[in-house]
Amino acid sequence: MSTIELETGTRGGSPAPAAPPTLSPKSGSRAVRDNLARIVMWGAFVIGVIPLVWILVSTILKGGSMLLESQWWTNSQAGITNRRVGGGAVHAIQGTLIHAAVTTVLSVPVGVMTAVYLVEYGRGRLARAVSFMVDILTGIPSIVAALFVYALWVTTFGFQRVAFAVCLALVLLMIPTIVRSTEEMLKLVPNELREASYALGVPKWKTIFKVVLPTAFSGIVTGVLLGVARVMGETAPLLVLGPYTQVIVTDLFATNMATLPTMINQSRSENLQPALDRVWGAALTLILLVFLLNLLGRFIGRFSKVKG
Amino acid sequence: MAKRIDVKDLDIYYGDFKAVEGVTMTVEPRSVTAFIGPSGCGKSTVLRTLNRMHEVIPGGRVHGSVMLDDQDLYASSMDPVAVRRTVGMVFQRPNPFPTMSIRDNVAAGLKLNGIKKKSTLDDVVEKSLRGANLWTEVKDRLDKPGAGLSGGQQQRLCIARAIAVNPQVLLMDEPCSALDPISTLAIEDLINDLKSEYTIVIVTHNMQQAARVSDQTAFFNLKATGEPGRLVEVGDTPRIFSNPTEKATEDYISGRFG
Repeated sequence: MSTIELETGTRGGSPAPAAPPTLSPKSGSRAVRDNLARIVMWGAFVIGVIPLVWILVSTILKGGSMLLESQWWTNSQAGITNRRVGGGAVHAIQGTLIHAAVTTVLSVPVGVMTAVYLVEYGRGRLARAVSFMVDILTGIPSIVAALFVYALWVTTFGFQRVAFAVCLALVLLMIPTIVRSTEEMLKLVPNELREASYALGVPKWKTIFKVVLPTAFSGIVTGVLLGVARVMGETAPLLVLGPYTQVIVTDLFATNMATLPTMINQSRSENLQPALDRVWGAALTLILLVFLLNLLGRFIGRFSKVKG
Repeated sequence: MAKRIDVKDLDIYYGDFKAVEGVTMTVEPRSVTAFIGPSGCGKSTVLRTLNRMHEVIPGGRVHGSVMLDDQDLYASSMDPVAVRRTVGMVFQRPNPFPTMSIRDNVAAGLKLNGIKKKSTLDDVVEKSLRGANLWTEVKDRLDKPGAGLSGGQQQRLCIARAIAVNPQVLLMDEPCSALDPISTLAIEDLINDLKSEYTIVIVTHNMQQAARVSDQTAFFNLKATGEPGRLVEVGDTPRIFSNPTEKATEDYISGRFG
């Protein structure tokens, strides 16, 4: 009541309202600031994109022709020197995929279970300690992980430098990324779903396996694939534990296995055209693999998306 | 089948904080009991102690006893998981499992507890959905995701899910607060139907709803901010609403506070 009176009062009191709220044009200084901000943002975007596009374009230009040759996908480099043209990358592609697969198989259970512990069970000191360790592991330089495995595998146990040792070093690098990404995904699962499950008389472990993990599944898969992509390009453990070889090796425990990063590194060392072509070819192949993996991640993410 | 609940001298804590103090009351089988009271007075907390969901929150613990017929829910030998199978719960916001179809949502309680036989599950799904007045609306799309239903349908789906495990008691924590009036009406009708088979306890902010659906009403309140909540008064709904004993109840019901 009183507000209405107040309004009519003011209206009556001021016969000519000074500034009715008209739609005035944009003020000059604000337009300038708006444009300035726009230019800065576009500039930052362009600066950020230049190196990306540059890398992609030059890799495609210099390495694309290698990938179009069928022997690139069928042959290894067995018996081919840096001076000779020919041979393929199949040994390295295979090696990279095997390394990635073994590393993933070893890392995912440990990483996901650790994340489940941290989110669903972890309370108090132990959980804080685990979380802290994961943080430290995340920050470990890959060369340190490689040297740690070298010290353990070769110096302490006296084993040979084999592909499996490389995988162990890669596992050390992959676990923390999986733990962190899975943790984030599990935290996104609404608590109401857990409570709904408990209220049906479902035990906690079953709730986690049948309700929480399926709900977070697509996010976890995306995180894992990003981790795989990162591990595929990792080079330091390969240099320390799995030097390049030109032939196809499939036995994880026999000897070292070729991979795309070591192939790039090896062929780079001499300034000879056939080798340089192979560098670009291997680089483009690696980019392509990572790209396909990301695509797969998105596909799985969309396919198994929680319907809402 | 429905059971009687006896709460005696119940104190409820979150860690060191005493949230609710000295609740003593009885809930008769095959009746609807409504908990009313201002926000934060502990009515949801009391409700959650009736199926030991309170313990899910870290630090949640109770003193006192809750008896279901002659069984002490808080006896040391009692398995909280078994308690929750006997005392089902429906939550404030509909929370169907997003990864599951309508059928799987209803069957979730049985499936996750190891019952796999398809004919049994199909029977239970149909019976529960009929029980929740949802069958005719969803019978042609049982394989569609449960989250695709409307809010009111989702809540009835959650009720179907809760009754599918054949509980003795059904707890409802403000089941209509996220729903429109039509859906609310559907749920209230459903509560009336379910009363013949289950003991129902419902928390509500809506006093008309308490008056409409319940046989017995319990009014909870805080003595003061920071003090534990307590049960002010409990009695037959018509009496509580027409002739409350306590001044605080009368004030709350007549809208003078809260």
